[in-house]
Parts: sequence; C-alpha cells; structure tokens
Amino acid sequence: MSSSAPTERHVEVLDEVVIRFAGDSGDGMQLTGNQFTNTAAVLGNDLATFPDYPAEIRAPAGSLPGVSGFQVRLSSHDIHTPGDAPDVLVAMNPAALKVNLKDLKEGGLLIVNTGNFTDNDLKKAQYDHNPLEDPELGRKYRLVRFDLNAATIQAVEGTGLSNKEALRCKNMLALGMLYWVYCRPLETTEKWLQQKFQDKPKILEANLKALRAGHAIAENAELFQVQYKVPPAKLPPGTYRNINGNPATALGLVAASRLSGLPVFYGSYPITPASDILHNLARYKNFGVITFQAEDEIAAVCSALGASFAGALGVTASSGPGIALKTEALGLAVSVELPLVVINVQRGGPSTGLPTKTEQADLFQAVWGRNGECPLPVLAARSPGDCFWCAIEAARIALTYMTPVILLTDGYLGNGAEPWRIPDLSELAPIPVRHTKDVENFRPFARDPETLARPWAVPGTPGLEHRIGGLEKEDVSGNVNYDPANHEKMVRLREQKILGVAGSYPPTEVFGPEKGRLLVLGWGSTYGAIRGAVERAHARSLDVAQVHLRHIWPLPNDLGDILRSYEQVLIPEMNRGQLNRLIRSEYLLETLSMPKVQGRPFTGREIFERIQELAG
Amino acid sequence: MPTLETPKYKKADFVSDQEVRWCPGCGDYAILSAVQMVMARLGVAKEKFVCVSGIGCSSRFPYYVDTYGFHSIHGRAPAVASGVKIANPELDVWVITGDGDALSIGGNHLIHAMRRNLDMVVLLFNNRIYGLTKGQYSPTSERNKRTPSTPFGSVDNPFNPIALALGAGATFVARSVDTQIKHLQGVLEAAHAHQGFSFVEILQNCVIFNDGAFEHITSKEVRDDRQIDLQPGRPMVYGKELDKGLRFTPSSIEICAPEEADLWQADEGCGARAYRICHVQENGDLPVPMGILRQVQAPLHEADVHEQIRLAREKLGEGDLEAALHAGETWTVT
Repeated sequence: MSSSAPTERHVEVLDEVVIRFAGDSGDGMQLTGNQFTNTAAVLGNDLATFPDYPAEIRAPAGSLPGVSGFQVRLSSHDIHTPGDAPDVLVAMNPAALKVNLKDLKEGGLLIVNTGNFTDNDLKKAQYDHNPLEDPELGRKYRLVRFDLNAATIQAVEGTGLSNKEALRCKNMLALGMLYWVYCRPLETTEKWLQQKFQDKPKILEANLKALRAGHAIAENAELFQVQYKVPPAKLPPGTYRNINGNPATALGLVAASRLSGLPVFYGSYPITPASDILHNLARYKNFGVITFQAEDEIAAVCSALGASFAGALGVTASSGPGIALKTEALGLAVSVELPLVVINVQRGGPSTGLPTKTEQADLFQAVWGRNGECPLPVLAARSPGDCFWCAIEAARIALTYMTPVILLTDGYLGNGAEPWRIPDLSELAPIPVRHTKDVENFRPFARDPETLARPWAVPGTPGLEHRIGGLEKEDVSGNVNYDPANHEKMVRLREQKILGVAGSYPPTEVFGPEKGRLLVLGWGSTYGAIRGAVERAHARSLDVAQVHLRHIWPLPNDLGDILRSYEQVLIPEMNRGQLNRLIRSEYLLETLSMPKVQGRPFTGREIFERIQELAG
Repeated sequence: MPTLETPKYKKADFVSDQEVRWCPGCGDYAILSAVQMVMARLGVAKEKFVCVSGIGCSSRFPYYVDTYGFHSIHGRAPAVASGVKIANPELDVWVITGDGDALSIGGNHLIHAMRRNLDMVVLLFNNRIYGLTKGQYSPTSERNKRTPSTPFGSVDNPFNPIALALGAGATFVARSVDTQIKHLQGVLEAAHAHQGFSFVEILQNCVIFNDGAFEHITSKEVRDDRQIDLQPGRPMVYGKELDKGLRFTPSSIEICAPEEADLWQADEGCGARAYRICHVQENGDLPVPMGILRQVQAPLHEADVHEQIRLAREKLGEGDLEAALHAGETWTVT
C-alpha cells in the first residue's frame, strides 16, 4: 500500500464530483456504479450517470474491448450531464487504466487495484511495461495503489467461499472505500445486498464483509488524505426517486393505461438496449399489462396492432435494426388508422452497429422511413425522467388521433439515471378514449371534424362488423377503392390529420432571450449537454438561447417564428445532421449543423466551445 | 357455445356487401360459401368473429365475410391474430392464408403460433402456386415445376403442410378439399370445436395458374380410392363402398380388409402415425389422408396469460399507480 503526497487528513466540501468506475465486464462495475448512484440519490444529490459497457456479455477477461465503465456525477446543484472529465477514476485492471486514464482530470484521484497488475494482465492490456512504475503517474494524479484482491480475500475469510468466489466481492470493497472518501453511509447498499442475496447467505455475508472492510481500510489505512462532502442539491420541492430511462418509459406506459382506461398490450422481441422496457412491464401484471415476447420484431409490432384492433393500447419497442423490421407494419397501422405506440431506444448504426452505444441517427427513419406517403407523429424524450412523460404523450396522441406514434429515446437515456420528481396523480391528465357503439351512424372511415380521427369500433361490438386492411380505402365507407381522386384525397386526409397534431402542443419553451444572436436547437438526449453549455454561456453573458424539441413531427406551429428571431441557429445532434436537414427543408433557413457520431454523448464543453465561437 | 340468446343466423348473415373478385371457377368461392354456412350454425354471436388474413388471393377472404375482419400484410396474419386473441380471448378468431403467405413469407409466425397453442382456426388454402403475382412456384409446388420464375423447372423441395404443422406442435391438424363441401364443412366444425390451435389445409384449385393440381386425388372418378377420411376413433376404411382398410405395420402402412383396419388414433401423443401417414405418395397405391390427422389437448396460451394476470391481482391487489411511482427509495425536498 502506498500513496502519493501525504498530507494531513481533513474533510473538504465540494460542489460536485465526477467518479468513474472502470474494470473488466465481469468485475461488476455497472452494479457498483448503480449502488453509488442510489446512495447519492437518497442523500439528495442531483446526479447523472453514464453506463458504458461492451456489447459482448463477457469479452476476453482483462482485454481492452472488455472494459466496462460507469460514470456518475453528483452535485449539490442542478446538473444535466454525467460530466465531461472524471475527478476520480477507479481502475480495477490495466485495461481499465489504459482505456480511461486519458479522461481523468489532472490532479484527480486515481485508485488502482494492483492485485490485477501481473505480467499476464499487463500483456492482455497491451502494455509493454507496468504503467504504475512510471513516476509521472504519481506526479500527475493523486495515485492510490492498493491490492483489492488480497484485501478482499482477507476480508471474506471464514465465509467458506473459494478464492475465486471471494474475488467477486472486490467491487464491494472498492465501493466501501469510496463511501468512506465521500462520507456516504453504507445502509442503502447493505439493504440492497440483503434483498438480492436473501437466499444465498454465504454470498450475502461475503459481500457485506467486503463492503465494510473497504470502508474500514479507507478510514484506518491512511490511503486517503482527504474526505469529501457533496451537500444535497437544492432541487424543486417534491418527493424524488432515482430513475433510469427504460423503467421510466415502462412506468409511463402503465400510467397511460390508467389514464385511458385501456389495458397495455406490449409486443416485443429482445434487443439491446430496449429489452429493459419489456423486463419492467412484465412485472406490472397486476395493472393488467399484457407482455408478449414475440418470435421476431415483425410479430411484435403485428401482435400489438392486432391488440389495438381488439381495443387495447398496443405498444411495441425496439432499437434501430428492429424498427427497420417493423416498417411494413407501421405502414399498415397508418393505413388502417389504429392507435399504436412504437418506441425506438436508438443505438449506433447502421446495421448492427454499436449495440450498447448511443446515437440519434434514426430521426429520418422515424419521420420518413416507410413506403408511400406515410406520415406519423414522432416524439423524443430529453432525459431519463422525461421518458415517463413522453410515453404518456405518445399514448395520448396515438389514442386521440388514431395513429401510430414513434417515441425516440436512446441508449444513453434508457440506461442513464437521474433524480426524478415523482408527479402527483393530479398532474396526470386523463386520456379520453371512445370505443364507439353507435350502430346507426357508424362508418369505419368517417372522421371526427376536429381531430380527423376515425371511429374505433372494437370486435365484439354488435352491429359494427367491418373490415379494415392495407389496401387503399374509400373515404368514409372504408371500402377497398382504387379510384385516383379518392387515393389523393385519402393521402391528404391522413397527412392533414397528422399535421393537425401540432395544434395540441403547448407553446414551445425558450430558455434564454426570446431573440438575439444565437439559438441552440436540440432534440432528445442532447438536452443535458446543451442546457449545461447554455447556462455556462449565460454566466458569461453570451447572447444565446435554447429550444429543445419534444415533438419532432409534426414540428410545433410556433417554431418557425422562434427560429427566425435569432441571427443564427446551431443544431447539435448525435448524427450527421438529420434534424438540421429537416429544419432547413421546412423553414428554408441556413441553420448550422453540429454533428457527432462517436457512440458517445456530447460533452457540455464541446457545445460550450462552439457557442463561444458563434456568440462570444 | 349456443345459448338461448344466441340469434339464429342464415348463411346470408355472413355475406358482406362487397363484390367478390376471385377468378370465375376459383376454388375459393366454394370455401367461402362453406365457411359462411358453418359460421351461421356454430351458435356464436356474429360480432365475436374476427377474420384475419395476410396477402394473396385467399387473403381477400375477410372482405367477403360480414364479420370483423383485418386484411393485414404478407405472412403476418398469425401474428396479428395472436394480438387480437390475447387482447380479447372471447373473440372467435379465424386466420385465412395461402401456401405462399403462410409457408414462405410468414413461416415463422405460423410455426410459433402453433407452438403457443392459441385457440384459433387457421385455414390454409393450398393451391401450390402464387396466384396474385401471376403464377410463380410456391413452397408447396412440386419439384421440377415449370413457372415464369422457374422456366427450367423448380429445384426446391416442397413443404408438406401437414408434416410441418405436426412438427410445430399444432394441437389440431386436418385436411380437406375445396370441392368436397360436406367434408369441408365437417372438418371446419371440428376445427372450431377444438380448444386450441386448429390448422386446416384445404386443397384448393387455381383455375388460372395451376388448374387441376389435385385432380389425381380429388376428381370424382378417383377420389374414393385415392383419399381416406381419417376420423378419430373410427376404423381407417375407404373406397366407394368402404371396402378397403389401412393398418400400420412396424415399418409401413398396408392396405387390408375393412374389418382388419386399425382404429384411427388422432390423439396419439407423439403423433408418429399421423406423421407417417401424411407422407404417403400422392401417386402411389396408398390413399392420401384427409380429415383429422391430429387432435390433442394442451394448455391455451391466452388463457395462461390472463391467468397470470388474475393471480398477480389476487396476490398483490389491483395495481396502484401511486405506489408504483413511489417504488424503491424516495426522498423529499422541501
């Protein structure tokens, strides 16, 4: 055990800290990060997380592609991103060090598990020397070298576990250490372990011992000179919980079911990173939620559409490649005008692409990606908690306008977490739904004069027997019809219906001045990075505002006027400029694209620097 | 099931106002008429019927039946129908499909619907050809079939739809012929009565692109000798005067006197006999099996789905949204 630059130990108060846990994909880094996050949440910190893991469940142990990371930023003020550069890096092996060291802030705390630095470990990480022997490392960072392996084996002695099993607890030892460094109680994690391993007393005991040992070692072994406190954030009043995007989406669907009085039918085929929505919904059985793990993506969407025909709230979800498979059925849903919610948890593409990395490159797929004139509404969630609200909004539009709706989230939102103010039930507006029973006036494709929605007549209703299908239909009667004039009329009616959805949006919110030099226009998960950058720019009195779109299609009716109130419009997005092209084609404005396609979110710094160039 | 309140229907009650647009002489007309007649006498309230189809000539069927209907997309009818049935198990769901729709583009959905054992009837109109796209060979066309897409003959081996259904675990498997109206109606009634996935292959003549494809089995002159109507628990006898029988030997099936014929066991767990008899050569000596090849009981998918929901409600109480929102650790900011 050794540490650099010994000084007297004391407690410092920090406004915020960014910690990254990095190790082998079998080292339990996601779990460790999640535990640190939950404890921080319960203590009232604002926080944001960025889990970053390989697509392989277990890439070769110790290899560079097998490195799994989890970054969490906790703060005593309102934050929007998991932070750019970590203040603390926990590296469980040489590969984790090699992949992550370049990101660590100079002077940052670097905790290295020396127990995994054998020659073989170094070779697997493609090091030709031991980086810990480089004196520069200790000068540049506050280096803490510690053999977590040996300490863990010692700590769990007497539990009867083999060394191999015992070593699985080393993440808990590391977590215990960090809890001491950041003055965190162990209770949240202890409770969680007790629940998780209630049927495995030996493993429970070993994990608890490792966790407590880590805390004690940090306290007694003088590894760390400073302890830190990050006081609670001053968030708006309310009851909070920590929430990830995918569970929030699932919860939003359950809420939409209650608000509409319809059972959810969720047809789904497993795919990263959307499967968690299925796992979450499958547990809401006592809400009447039906989950159907279909044989493929096509059956997932088709079964959901069949359920909608039968009167349920049909929902399906996937990620880019799976959405591609659902495309034909989405055209059918547009043609038969049945409600359907389709969620795309976007990931890096094209094709299989980067299954566990995030991207926003499916905007065109969502808005335009079908054969024929085939419009449907498209929404995008901006934060993990916003997935809840967007799921309800998607259901509202689908049910009100009798249309499929695509909700875009992404891997970063789906897996990322934030403290979320739990809404009061009174904040959730009912979604009125009518299954028509009107035999006298029923025409399958007659339209509501206001919404242009057709009536929803559900099988089982006497006297309303009718047929629907993907062939073009005659206006009002819905009979198969190939007449040229009728086809154009129906194409236009379907288009008008979807464009009319924009009439139901609240006014677009502008953050910052209502006119001026620069507007940053964004959508989806870039919200946090843009908001952080714009706040920073405001602190330096830069003339910049932010608009973040929830509704991608149809675009809000007031957006054109807003865009024209600024000299320049900058559009950062994790693709090659898809919203930018949509905005240019709709408004004939020379907007500026800021594309990024690295499978990683924007950092606040990148966007701030671009704002400074344009408005500084 | 019939109740006192169930209205009495006539076939006309199931005829929609749409003009039927199949080619004159198409076998589909006879099947449509048989289905309409059967539906009228099943004692099921008309609004409960839902006909779901994919794409192809046969898939126009729902437009012509005056029930709820959904003409979906190519191959996907079993998936759409599964959603309908699971969402509302009270509905009486019928899937109408063809050999291309069900066995080629939609093969995956068909086999998975079979293994799940949803309570629905699937009618596969097998004409061994792609009709709506003008005559290409289909997954049931015989090898060497010459068509516009195979001018030198097809080099594909055909599926045997019955063998496929048996292999995929369909709990009711039957076969009939478009023109044998009485037999077809009987099979349809039995398929409907079966609780579970009922698969019915209907040999259907396409007058335009594959006329006479089944003549060697179905023509009036030969059919009594070339077909055997398998009826569960009944002797395996055939011929105009029921003067011939079949019996299984350890290695084959042989023709015997009617009094020596085996009793047909459609409920044989492994389905081995059904599998053997469905492979008899169409041009051989043995008659081609019609009627009910398999009929076994198994749990229903949709019933189990709703039973899980009922049990969850019983155990946890009706879902409480407020509690779900507050699940896990929460904290209050004042």
